[in-house]
Amino acid sequence: MSTITINLISGRTIQQGVSMEGGKETDKYMKACGIIEIDESDFKRLGIMKNTNVKVKSQHGEVIVKAIEATQGPHPGVAFIPMGPWANSVTSPETYSTGMPTFKGVPITIEPADREKVLNSIELVRSKCWGDE
Amino acid sequence: MSKTVTDVICPFCGTLCDDLVVVTDDEGKKILSVENACAIGAEKFLHSSDHSHRVTRPRKLQEDGSFKEITYEEAIEYTAQMLVNAKKPSMYGWSSTNCESQSVGHEIAELCGALVDNTAAVCHGTTLVAVQNVGIPSCTLGEVKNRADRIIFWGSNPAHGHPRHMSRYSIFPRGYFTGKGQKQRKIIVVDPRCTDTSSLADVHLQVEQGYDYELLQALRAAVRGQELTGDIIAGVPKEKVYEAAEMLKSGRFGVIFFGMGVTQSLGKDHNIDAAIMLTKDLNDYTKFSIIAMRGHYNVTGSGQVLGWQFGFPYSVDLSRGFARYNPGETGTIEVLKRKEIDAMFVLGSDPGAHFPMQCVKEISKLPSVAIDPHITPTTSICKVHVPVAFVGVEVGGNCYRMDNVPIESRKVVEPPEGMLTDQQFLEGVLKRVRELKAN
Repeated sequence: MSTITINLISGRTIQQGVSMEGGKETDKYMKACGIIEIDESDFKRLGIMKNTNVKVKSQHGEVIVKAIEATQGPHPGVAFIPMGPWANSVTSPETYSTGMPTFKGVPITIEPADREKVLNSIELVRSKCWGDE
Repeated sequence: MSKTVTDVICPFCGTLCDDLVVVTDDEGKKILSVENACAIGAEKFLHSSDHSHRVTRPRKLQEDGSFKEITYEEAIEYTAQMLVNAKKPSMYGWSSTNCESQSVGHEIAELCGALVDNTAAVCHGTTLVAVQNVGIPSCTLGEVKNRADRIIFWGSNPAHGHPRHMSRYSIFPRGYFTGKGQKQRKIIVVDPRCTDTSSLADVHLQVEQGYDYELLQALRAAVRGQELTGDIIAGVPKEKVYEAAEMLKSGRFGVIFFGMGVTQSLGKDHNIDAAIMLTKDLNDYTKFSIIAMRGHYNVTGSGQVLGWQFGFPYSVDLSRGFARYNPGETGTIEVLKRKEIDAMFVLGSDPGAHFPMQCVKEISKLPSVAIDPHITPTTSICKVHVPVAFVGVEVGGNCYRMDNVPIESRKVVEPPEGMLTDQQFLEGVLKRVRELKAN
């Protein structure tokens, strides 16, 4: 098992949309968005099984998500987290004076974390903001 | 017995589908089925109609993290006091409500010297900057359906973000001059990933992430017949760039649809400058237009209302008593990062889920009110959560489609008893703000 460096983008998926409208407090939303999609070759580099939890880190933060095989791929060198608080735990708030954060194109590292838990959106945001729950 | 409501507007994405058929029970309280909608639109209607998990009264955050129910009057008082007492409050969101509510909100903002911003801040804000730089040759989606035989999706994945866009307007429909539908159209998709949209494309340019500007300029050169240097341009073989350029020039009418892939990647507004200039260049050979794939169903409307009231489409700073606009300075992300605002009012948006975490942390430290029918990360960290009726489901109102066409949304069912709409709540706040300011 090892740590890999990769380029992260975020964006919409239909599951993200459906589960968001169905309630962001639900586990369905967590299952749709608390994931990272990577290529099979990246699983090999990581040395982990598919559908295991990983810790994603960037210069702006870190988050636990479940690593799954890319549903829309392959996209070598690129990892994808659906838009939501999991992605935004690591995306860049740098706007280069345009007012627009850099949600796409953030260098991240992924490391295995199969013993850690993926939080739901409310738990995640509250723990990031208040640091106690 | 049941009632059928036809020609319902879908209040999810900027495509604003206007052909939904919703069946309700005969009292008009519960939605039984939704036809013609995409999976997301259908879920929005069905979820809103299931009152069992909805919050129906305002609630205030307690010290232990739980919520205590309060009345709408108390929520109005808290909101008005917060906005009046703040030196520079931010009023953010506005994209999931109707234009009538936006207008009332802007009146409050003007009285309180607030900063008004909509979700373009994290979506198509850079598009609006680019449009001011170089203009925009555009058209309506009806023209796309009836005339367009060349379609580009650049940094956009409508199969997931705007699920019915392709079947209603851009790829499959048979229009007046496009009687053969998909067979008559050539589709180009530019995306760093192989997506469900790119699987429908005649040409997929798998651009290297973040190199859209380079590819756009290469395409402009290729369209003009200039020689490209290097075999691979932005991750795409040179021959494919030439092929795409020829395909675009050979059409009768083309449209570029672009999304977050260009607005949020490095380059930002400069990417869109280049995309618009490509559209201009192509008009030397054929007819071409460009349309932004707007996300929220009424984010375009928020830009319109702000535009005609203050002259700017987003990031409007009214704190000096007149409208100032400079997204790199007055944008919500920027003011949160600089810790410049002292109160946060959110309506019809979820910055808690969709802002970078540094900004969300800043919101959680401020006096704050979130107006939202859903329970969201934003409502769970704001000091007061005010649930309201769903616009487009439980109350009508005006909305703007992604091509700037206004469409009146329809009320389908009654909201839970005693629940206010956005507009009613805002009118209550406006009345109270006027009283407080008068004293």
